[in-house]
Amino acid sequence: MATRSFFVPFLLFALCFYSSLTPVLSLYEDQVGLMDWHQQYIGKVKQAVFSTQKTGRRRVIVSTEENVIASLDLRHGEIFWRHLLGSDDVIDGIDIGLGKYVITLSSGGSVLRSWNIPDGQMVWESFLQGPKHSKSLLLVPTNLKIEKDNVIVVFSNGRLHAVSCIDGEVLWNKDFEAESFEAQQVIQPPGSDLIYVVGFAASSQFEMYQINARNGELLKHERATFSSGFLRVVSLVSSETVVALDSTGSILLTISFQNGEISFQQTPISNLVEDPSGPAVILPSSVPGIFAIKTNAFTIFIRVIDEGKLEVVEKTNHETTVSNALPISEGQQAFALVQHAGSEIHLAVKIAHDWDGNLLEESIKMDQQRGLVHKVFINNYIRTDKSHGFRVLIVMEDHSLLLLQQGAIVWSREDGLASIIDVTASELPVERDGVSVAKVEHNLFEWLKGHMLKLKGTLMLASPEDVAAIQSMRLKSSEKSKLTRDHNGFRKLLVVLTRAGKLFALHTGDGRIVWSHFLQSLHKSGTCQSPIGLNLYLWQVPHHHAMDENPSVLVISRCGPSSDAPAVLSFVDTYTGKELNSLSLVHGVVQVIPLPYTDSTEQRLHLLIDSDKHAHLYPTTSEALRIFKREFSNIYWYSVEDHNGIIKGHALKCKCTGEVADEFCFDTRDLWSVVFPSESEKIIATVTRKLNEVVHTQAKVVADQDVMYKYISRNLLFVATVAPKGSGEIGSVTPEESWLVAYLIDTVTGRILHRVTHHGAQGPVHAVFSENWVVYHYFNLRAHRYEMSVIEIYDQSRADNKDVWKLVLGKHNLTSPISLFSRPEVITKSQSYFFTHSVKAIAVTSTAKGITSKQLLIGTIGDQVLALDKRFLDPRRSVNPTQAEKEEGIIPLTDSLPIIPQSYVTHALRVEGLRGIVTVPAKLESTTLVFAHGVDLFFTQLAPSKTYDSLTEDFSYALLLLTIVALVAAIFVTWRLSERKELQDKWR
Amino acid sequence: MKSVKVIVSFVFTLSLLSFPSSGFQSDELLVDDEEFGLEGSPQPRSPEPIPTRSPPVTAPTRKRHSDLDSDSKIQFSLEHAFGDSDFSPAGTFSARLKTWSHGGQTLTKLRFSRNSFTDEDKEKFKNLLENDDFYRIRIPSNVLSPPGRDFVISSVKARCLPREGLDEHFVIHMEGVNVLAVNYGSPGSCPYPRNLKLPAKWSFSSHTVLKNSEQAPRAPVFSEEILGGENAEGEVVQPPERSFWAKYWMYLIPLGLIVMNAITQAMNMPEEQASGQGQPSAGAVQRGPSSAARRR
Repeated sequence: MATRSFFVPFLLFALCFYSSLTPVLSLYEDQVGLMDWHQQYIGKVKQAVFSTQKTGRRRVIVSTEENVIASLDLRHGEIFWRHLLGSDDVIDGIDIGLGKYVITLSSGGSVLRSWNIPDGQMVWESFLQGPKHSKSLLLVPTNLKIEKDNVIVVFSNGRLHAVSCIDGEVLWNKDFEAESFEAQQVIQPPGSDLIYVVGFAASSQFEMYQINARNGELLKHERATFSSGFLRVVSLVSSETVVALDSTGSILLTISFQNGEISFQQTPISNLVEDPSGPAVILPSSVPGIFAIKTNAFTIFIRVIDEGKLEVVEKTNHETTVSNALPISEGQQAFALVQHAGSEIHLAVKIAHDWDGNLLEESIKMDQQRGLVHKVFINNYIRTDKSHGFRVLIVMEDHSLLLLQQGAIVWSREDGLASIIDVTASELPVERDGVSVAKVEHNLFEWLKGHMLKLKGTLMLASPEDVAAIQSMRLKSSEKSKLTRDHNGFRKLLVVLTRAGKLFALHTGDGRIVWSHFLQSLHKSGTCQSPIGLNLYLWQVPHHHAMDENPSVLVISRCGPSSDAPAVLSFVDTYTGKELNSLSLVHGVVQVIPLPYTDSTEQRLHLLIDSDKHAHLYPTTSEALRIFKREFSNIYWYSVEDHNGIIKGHALKCKCTGEVADEFCFDTRDLWSVVFPSESEKIIATVTRKLNEVVHTQAKVVADQDVMYKYISRNLLFVATVAPKGSGEIGSVTPEESWLVAYLIDTVTGRILHRVTHHGAQGPVHAVFSENWVVYHYFNLRAHRYEMSVIEIYDQSRADNKDVWKLVLGKHNLTSPISLFSRPEVITKSQSYFFTHSVKAIAVTSTAKGITSKQLLIGTIGDQVLALDKRFLDPRRSVNPTQAEKEEGIIPLTDSLPIIPQSYVTHALRVEGLRGIVTVPAKLESTTLVFAHGVDLFFTQLAPSKTYDSLTEDFSYALLLLTIVALVAAIFVTWRLSERKELQDKWR
Repeated sequence: MKSVKVIVSFVFTLSLLSFPSSGFQSDELLVDDEEFGLEGSPQPRSPEPIPTRSPPVTAPTRKRHSDLDSDSKIQFSLEHAFGDSDFSPAGTFSARLKTWSHGGQTLTKLRFSRNSFTDEDKEKFKNLLENDDFYRIRIPSNVLSPPGRDFVISSVKARCLPREGLDEHFVIHMEGVNVLAVNYGSPGSCPYPRNLKLPAKWSFSSHTVLKNSEQAPRAPVFSEEILGGENAEGEVVQPPERSFWAKYWMYLIPLGLIVMNAITQAMNMPEEQASGQGQPSAGAVQRGPSSAARRR
């Protein structure tokens, strides 16, 4: 009896304990940051301005190529505030007005905004129209006033505007109607009421307009012709002198327009330098009295002496970058000059009129992985000894931003990560002696202490300090940031390629950069002036028996934007970030096809298609060639020519019949083509299944014990076309003239398996293809709402295999090989639902074995990621599902898809400028890793069917241990008790 | 049998345009050319479809004014290639072009006449079979002004075609008068290890299907849904329209048992009364000891 009374509370307790383990769909507040991380970036800095007023001194305002305006902390590089303008709202210029507002000019000079520096609130916005498109120039004069209003001068769209700095009101404007006039500079000589607009007209005319700054009245208009034309870049050397180059790039022209009179002074470059070696270009700068020109070999600094005479002050063959001038005291202007010398950069701050005397000279060791210095911005401060101190902000070739002060890098920001092109995931090394990089193992005491704390938390005995300790312990969980492979496969490396051509490896545990590598092939060099990175592919994934080998990735890049520019392949080790090899190809690359074959070293075979429709096999080994020859006739691919609406299927034909014998080059031939009528259809989206997707089961058991067989083919292509009229913005056409056609095309035979027209629908179309279904998102013009449709495709040729006896006796056709040349017998089911949001990206979760149910990950317009169960997009949903269907999990039909606030996987965060969502399966079947990238990065783990195969992170092993110990103790105690009682009974 | 076929096909080729396809409503047509009967005839015939194609092109424009839902005949040619050879004429599709009152034009009643293989073709085809190579076909992407923007091409492994004769299956995807794609292959399956099999007869049995786009199902609009939702829910409760017995069996069975019990007791009562007080009933006998036990 005593035993039972002891046990019952314990059992109850244990039950309560276990029931509390059932995981929930959404996060609790204290779980934020446990498995997810979020990083904020701004992109490559285009322009930086420093605020000089008291509180603003600690800040720098930057505009970036990702259209971000941000205020950064000068001491630490953190973001105070940040605004992402739309992708069509490119920032042309920023400046500071009245010391407390940031003025931005964007959208090709048509939007002028003012932002409050302390908090980033927008103060005003005004729209500037003009007669024609032109270069846009922003000028915020320091002391130009019209009736106590500070004035902003904007030249945009062929019109000069004077805008009030207080409220954005346009005070006056002046049109420049001259057809070909192109303004180059707007100059406001300090202390005068004049504005000069200088520029070029036609090909060889220099024009100068003198305008009254008070009312926009044209005071003077002068023009002068120079017979051999100009290169249309000028460098401003004083408020009344500019320097330009003639069209051949060999003669320097000093153009002075003092008192409204234009005068030219020609100086051939060869007079200044003995060996100019080719045409020169002017480096844009605005240092008074000095300008720089760049030839192929040299950068030459030239001083303008009186009356347009030129004098070379320095000639250097190092990569050099100059900042704009910074007024430091009365009449003195300083500028910064950064030169590369080996692994160091030399920073010099000079006074504009005194080249030889340096205010500051520093050498800073610079990481080679950052490339060249692209931009320099200078800022001054008062040192403790009241002298002038300078700090410079530099933008590197890899888009990173660094602050240099007192000969050291104070902080750096890896803003290249704001422009990710491609992502792939790689495993970490297996834990072995000497491999584990992070020393993170605790001793037993710490482990126990941690678990005791957790136990206290579970039993609600923890004091607030304990709770804080638990939280910080969970967040810093050292387990998740180890540099070795874990049992569940949660720890991986995300290898990302950025637009700058730099590879980063991010740790999935905490998002830190494990290594970064600036690809040699993506450095700007003499042979390759504008290299661009294209794609990342897993090149070599060692077999799990060969653990001592390192995996590697293949980076494909090419020199220049056109598809026939020669391609470069680089192979990078994913453990160390070392570039193993680099191949410069003679051919271009249009398409890369990773083949499903690997050689004996687990290198994946890749087929590169060039612009002449030749296929090239890589790696170029005889073994690869042998494997390839075996599968020669089974290789098919397709190409989409979306400009003329043709999709073509291809196969290999024979060896290349070129003049150079290349046994890895093959001719191809067209097998099929689909020609969309150009007057009624235009391709706007094509989607295929992910190559590495795993499908667990071919069959789907539907209600009433029936079986449907999924049509699972790797060669399915989803194509969406819209009416050419309707390819513009939403609402630009009436529903009658707009339609959307969705196709499922077999890419081996070119068969159209399914074709369906949505009348009154319009793009943009975002789609995702997985298993046997495709989900696509578009706009329904009739319903004025976004819609999502699902198509599921089922194989009817296997539908007879329902009989158990057939399966037992082997009279089924489930194991026979499938040939796509057979006539397919498929049926499709589809359904459409309304969806509230517009969509930026759409992806689907993927798990290791494909057993776990799927969720769609939808990047919404609010830059969040929404997880939507695929069951909501089931075409078999009906208004009144039968009992059997309900048991199967079919949700009653509704007209729109629900948006449950708890199902935002980004919870309260925003992934600004969201561009892509990548899912990577973990080793644990229930879990998938999600990486969303845009200007920001976000990573989390998801368990679409909850973590049914593991205990949760915060499972208290100590409590379990304690329970077991207590139970064992109780058993012993009660055993002793009952023995004693029995003894007493016997004595009675 | 063979001679009949010859006559049929001959008559057909001669009067391809003169006979409107009245009786034959199916969209598939089998034209079996006999192997030897028309030897040499494909040569004069094969260029024929090309010149005859042009008059129907202008025909619809002439007729459209007179009759709104007018029909006109139209022809377009099928071309084939063996492996990577050039395309050569292989047959003719003929169809009726229906012009709808709203301006759209569609093809109906598609018929197909296949030219038979010449000896040269047969040899080439045999080569394809041996090499497991592709047999390719193409048709113009616009039937009114061939070839339109481009030809639509389709191909199949030659080994998929031979059965008894040569079986082929065309699915032509149309959008108005434009051909989006043609899917070509064998009408049945083509199991993967493709075995070399020469056709017994060098004659094609062709199946053609015209396909137009389907309309997508509209998104379900529950316009009066807010109040309809409750209705629907009410219906959800109602439909389990089970029988009275199915619903209430759990009450009925105990009720039945009670009734039975009551009846047996009622049956017993008269018996007791009938049998008289002197002789105690079996129940009373049984009850006796228990009551006695309770008393004790």
